[in-house]
Amino acid sequence: MKPFAYARPSDVAEAVREVAAEPNAVFLGGGTNLVDHLKLGVARPDLVVDVRTLTSREITDTGDGGLLVGAAVSNSELAADRRVRERWPVLTQALLAGANGQLRNLATVGGNPLQRTRCVYFQDVTTACNKRAPGSGCSAIGGYTRYHAILGASEQCIATHPSDMAVALTALDAVVHTEGPRGARTIPFGELHRLPGDDPSRDTVLEHGELVTAVELPPLEMARRSTYRKVRDRASYAFALVSVAAAVDLADDGTVRDARVALGGVAHTPWRATRAEEVLRGRRLTDDTARAAAEAELADAVPQPGIDGGNAFKVPLVARTLTAALRILTGREG
Amino acid sequence: MPGTDRAMDADIRLRVDGELHELTVDTRTTLLDLLRERLGNTSPKKGCDHGQCGACTVLLDGERALLCLALAVSHDGAEITTADGLAPEGELHPVQQAFLDHDAFQCGYCTPGQVCSAVGVLSEVDRGWPSHATRDLTAAPELSTDEVSERMSGNLCRCAAYAHITPAVQQAGGAR
Ligand SMILES: Cc1cc2nc3c(=O)[nH]c(=O)nc-3n(C[C@H](O)[C@H](O)[C@H](O)COP(=O)(O)OP(=O)(O)OC[C@H]3O[C@@H](n4cnc5c(N)ncnc54)[C@H](O)[C@@H]3O)c2cc1C
Ligand code: SF4
Ligand code: FES
Ligand code: FES
Repeated sequence: MKPFAYARPSDVAEAVREVAAEPNAVFLGGGTNLVDHLKLGVARPDLVVDVRTLTSREITDTGDGGLLVGAAVSNSELAADRRVRERWPVLTQALLAGANGQLRNLATVGGNPLQRTRCVYFQDVTTACNKRAPGSGCSAIGGYTRYHAILGASEQCIATHPSDMAVALTALDAVVHTEGPRGARTIPFGELHRLPGDDPSRDTVLEHGELVTAVELPPLEMARRSTYRKVRDRASYAFALVSVAAAVDLADDGTVRDARVALGGVAHTPWRATRAEEVLRGRRLTDDTARAAAEAELADAVPQPGIDGGNAFKVPLVARTLTAALRILTGREG
Repeated sequence: MPGTDRAMDADIRLRVDGELHELTVDTRTTLLDLLRERLGNTSPKKGCDHGQCGACTVLLDGERALLCLALAVSHDGAEITTADGLAPEGELHPVQQAFLDHDAFQCGYCTPGQVCSAVGVLSEVDRGWPSHATRDLTAAPELSTDEVSERMSGNLCRCAAYAHITPAVQQAGGAR
């Protein structure tokens, strides 16, 4: 591992200043992704600025029915919070579908959405990868693509975002609070991550030195009826092949008044499925409706061929996973 | 370059299995390497060194956690309990006793991690924390086979002693 200096600032402003002043500095949260990358040589910082316990460790009521979750809250604490379990179950379920208990105790709310892709080539410094080494090429294209994107990919990068929590936060219209070299701002969660385009090295719109201080969950009544459905190669402790976060507001006659849907495992970002939501609105929630919604969302899907058989299986898998999630939400679970 | 004029090592304090240690560590040192290489505490095992196997599980400030992805500098002041420190010298923790009763290991390499993880699981269940296997997120979780398997899924056993580990955890849970 390359040597690095270490700083543990005592306030947010100092943390921002430290990273902003050093081009090759990074923030450290729980370290469950960053320390792995230090070992692999994927991250080679000169300075590590520890914010693991710096930001708030509290989950507070915002007064309008929402919650403000400090970036230092652990993934476990957030999943177990009574208010989240009752009012935003999709978030608890997404968190609990990720990693394992030991990792969730270490992982922070700030670090989880900023974890980097699990693309095997990205993690292997002996291969070409535009995300890790811009301009070197993309080893995944035509390689192992089982875990790669079917939506929004570019010729530079076909990686997917691995976070389960981020898929739920996307569906819930969460808001990210940051403090950066140019001051504080809020970013709608759906705008935090970016598509790879011709600069896959940047996963998010955050500036260098911009610290996530909190994640806000706005009130969303329909989130009481929400769920997270994850499909993976093992029953537990594996990343998503495909996942669905969904919430619905149903009229008494079973018609969908409103819906929130986001997909995981399909793109470089957690994917807000606005087309699917549009199809669902005003219809009765049947399997046919669910399939039509998935079809609309995936109309522009471009599956990747690959030496492992490629990832075309994700197209029908998204449809089936969305159908299953909506069955759960209407109590038609088999 | 700013940053590079700084020290690449740091002074930290750690309490491990009740004993206080004051050390100077290279900033790159993980808690796992610190315990095993510097403190001679080989109870937590190094299986994968990448967070994928659970062999390095301990209780870190009371919660189960992996040591291989935790930088020692970041955990200055921490209190660590390894499987070795769960019970007073010569005695067994109820989870350790349950592992013996159920023959819940073969080679034993994963066992210290399994045991610490199980202690964490029982504490999480006591506090009502749900898991991926919990149907009703607002009800008190039960120690069903599904629940235990899910909660222990971060501890791999290459000897595949799972069929004995799960009932051991259930017994320890019931015996509290
Ligand atoms: C074996 C294994 C299996 C896993 N399985 C899953 C899974 O199934 N689903 C899933 O979702 N995740 C999974 N994970 C990933 C895990 O959830 C993440 O590693 C974790 O959430 C990252 O949080 P952290 O606090 O440890 O982040 P760190 O590793 O500390 O940081 C991650 C990134 O965020 C930056 N960062 C951290 N905090 C901040 C902040 N406050 N502001 C700005 N930048 C910041 C860091 O610089 C770094 O780039 C798995 C991990 C492992 C090792
Ligand atoms: S898909 Fe993206 S992350 Fe993976 S090798 Fe290609 S450029 Fe790198
Ligand atoms: S050695 Fe830490 S999880 Fe494998
Ligand atoms: S007993 Fe051998 S690895 Fe678990």
